[in-house]
Amino acid sequence: MPRVAGVDIPNDKPAEISLRYIHGIGPTTAKELCRKANVDPRTRAKNLTEDELSRIAGILDSEFVIEGTLRRQVQQNIARLRDIGSYRGLRHRRGLPVRGQRTKTNARTRKGPRKTVAGKKSVKEMR
Amino acid sequence: MTRSRKKGPYVDEKLFGKVAKAKDSGSHEPIKTWARSCTIVPEFIGHTFMVHNGKVFARVFVTEDMVGHKLGEFSPTRMFRGHSSGRKAAAAPTE
Repeated sequence: MPRVAGVDIPNDKPAEISLRYIHGIGPTTAKELCRKANVDPRTRAKNLTEDELSRIAGILDSEFVIEGTLRRQVQQNIARLRDIGSYRGLRHRRGLPVRGQRTKTNARTRKGPRKTVAGKKSVKEMR
Repeated sequence: MTRSRKKGPYVDEKLFGKVAKAKDSGSHEPIKTWARSCTIVPEFIGHTFMVHNGKVFARVFVTEDMVGHKLGEFSPTRMFRGHSSGRKAAAAPTE
């Protein structure tokens, strides 16, 4: 299996799709990458030549923020919001939705699994 | 939806005037304001604002990192002190 950008080893899917296994590369950037590196997006990742791979790696290095660097950048942005004491930072600290979504119901992605409270009226009882 | 670039950032003119005045006189007295929607511009750095949250004025000392945010972001309008404890004490929200 070919190796692109350090640890990423996409499998034998088309180049356009296997490149998306890199953190920070989605459908649009994958296509853009193929175009810029002059690689047919439909060639399977295993059939990519050394030359093509090095071209992809070169463009990734120079033009895109991916993997560790990207993760660090995101963490830094969140840390900044926390440090300046903004409302968004506060929501991050509390583990609640940041962009004004409702929290009466839903918001489970941020809040995690339900913590049932004993003695609380359920929706069924209220009706 | 982000604000049109053409318009530039929204800065409360009255407040901006007050900051300019404070700068001229070199005073660092906190400036009371209700202009929560006013964007923080570089001129505000180092000044202290008292931003109204509907009830009281929250003290906000503007640092470089805050530029581009709104004053209201630093003056929370809601307070959540945890749920009422039925039989068990509700866990207080932790930071």
